[in-house]
Formats: sequence, C-alpha cells, structure tokens
Amino acid sequence: MPFATSCCGIEFMSTMASHYDIGRYGSERLAFTPRQCDLLMVMGTISKKMGPVLRQVYVQMAEPRWVLAVGACASSGGIFDSYSVLQGIDQVVPVDVYVPGCPPRPEAFLDGLMRIQDLVGKESLRRRNSDHYKALLESYGIQ
Amino acid sequence: MALTNKTIQDKLREKFGEQVYAFEEPYGLLTFAADKDINLKVLNFLHQDEELNFVFLTDLCGVHYPDNKGKELGVVYHLHNLEQNIRVRMKIYTEVGKPEVFTATSIFMAANWMERETFDFFGINFLGHPNMKRILNVDEMDYSPLRKEFPVEDQSRVDKDDEMFGRDVIRAF
Ligand code: SF4
Repeated sequence: MPFATSCCGIEFMSTMASHYDIGRYGSERLAFTPRQCDLLMVMGTISKKMGPVLRQVYVQMAEPRWVLAVGACASSGGIFDSYSVLQGIDQVVPVDVYVPGCPPRPEAFLDGLMRIQDLVGKESLRRRNSDHYKALLESYGIQ
Repeated sequence: MALTNKTIQDKLREKFGEQVYAFEEPYGLLTFAADKDINLKVLNFLHQDEELNFVFLTDLCGVHYPDNKGKELGVVYHLHNLEQNIRVRMKIYTEVGKPEVFTATSIFMAANWMERETFDFFGINFLGHPNMKRILNVDEMDYSPLRKEFPVEDQSRVDKDDEMFGRDVIRAF
C-alpha cells in the first residue's frame, strides 16, 4: 500500500515503472486499500494534520502488517524542521524499516523492500502475540 | 473613462478624509492604510461605488511587525477591478493585545477562508465571522505560528541535536 505524499512519491513511481520495476521483487500487486495490504510504504512529508489519517490507514490494515518509512521526511521530518510537519512517522505508527535519502534512489527503495521481505521471512510467527509487540502497539495507543 | 490611481485616491480622500492615509504606489500598485474601525466602510465603498467597482477580493493576509508599537498586527486586502484590470491594496493595523478586526465576509464571500487562515497563523480574531476556527493547522495547536516570537522550528521535537542543527548559535529572533 503506497502512501505517497510528495517528492519521494515521484521517486517511487520510477521504482514502480518498467526500468526498475518493483514487481520483479515479489511486490507486483500494489493495492490502494489498506484492508488488502501487508506493507504500508510511507513516502514523503507527513504534516501534523496528516498524522491521524496515516494512523487510520495503519489501523485499517490487518495483521500481520509492516511499515516502511521511505526518505528523510517520513523517517525524521527531514529538512522540514517546522511547526507543521510531523518529525518522523514513528511518532504515530511503529516502523519496521527506514530508508535514508532525500529522495532515496530506486535501488534504495528496493533494498528497503527486500529487508522487509527478510523480516517477513525470518520473524517468528508468534511475534505478533508477544507481550513486547503488544506493549509496542499499546505505546502508540493502537487497539 | 479609464480609472487611474489618482482618481481612486481622490475619491477615497474625499469620502474618508484623514482616516485613509499613507498612500503610495510601489510598482504602480496603489497602496494605502486605513483606520481599522472603518475597514468595512472602505471595502464596501470600493466594492459598491460604480466607478471604482472593485468586485474581487484577490487576497487577504496578515503581517506581524513586533516593533510597531500599538500597530503590531496588520491585515492586508488586495482588491481587483476586473473590468479595468486595476488593483489596490489596503492595510489596516491592530494592536497585538486586542487583535480584533471586523470580518469582510458580508462583502466578499471569499474572505471566509482567508480570514480563517489569518486567524490560524496570526491569531487575529475577525468579529462576526461565521466560522472562526483553524483551517490549515491541527486543531490542537495552541499558538499562532507565524507571529515573530515563535521560531519556525517545531518546539516539541526531542530527537534532534540542537548543536548539529545550529540552533543555539542562530537565534531566530
Ligand atoms: S525526503 Fe526529500 S525527496 Fe523525500 S519527501 Fe522529503 S524532501 Fe521530498
């Protein structure tokens, strides 16, 4: 599920298009509804006003779910150190993998995606039931 | 007859006397200031007068001059006469302790959102506005971010190192 709000989203489009083609990495089906997605890719500047929307999208996804924060803005607020911009999406949703760059190159997107796939492959099936995980979600006030 | 800046100025002077002042024409745009109590009268006059005919409110915005004692906050109106393609700019000032200005929504519907924006960023309260609440910022925000006493950086952030960001060296104001 791509959540693209600004310039990093443009970079994502080229990652999606034929030259880099994210589909080659087992991510063929991008869906634009959170209910059918496992991975939330947040690309771009998230303003404080957008924060609750992002959180809502995350809440609507079914477990198991992963979050990829792409670019400086989604990871930390980036250059927008200002009153209106959320200083990193990890203030509203838990993040699994951060991709650095402003914007990251398509290779970096793909690397981030593959790290998520690593996580998916290796994490314990019961991780989602663990106290640690529940406490994490609790700390974000989700569920 | 083509409308000129001179005609506009003369008409305003004739009607409002000394209550409109500080006429100037930077880049040919007639600019003047008015007492804040008569802002609606002036706007209405500019709008209704057949010759002036300023029917379009292009922009409305706020300004903050912290050193301008008693006139710290400004509201600027840009009006446009669409037939003759002439613009004017009117400024009114209010003190920061009591930032209250009459709303122009009864004359220009377009003022609605622009006044909300000005309220949002400068905390100027438009008396009589139908829906005076924040428009762009989050509702929980408890200050007016574009007033000069507030640095542009997010004050609530805890994760960034001040020194790396040059914050203790460069003070915003
Ligand atoms: S990290 Fe850079 S490229 Fe990406 S959204 Fe922010 S400013 Fe744009």
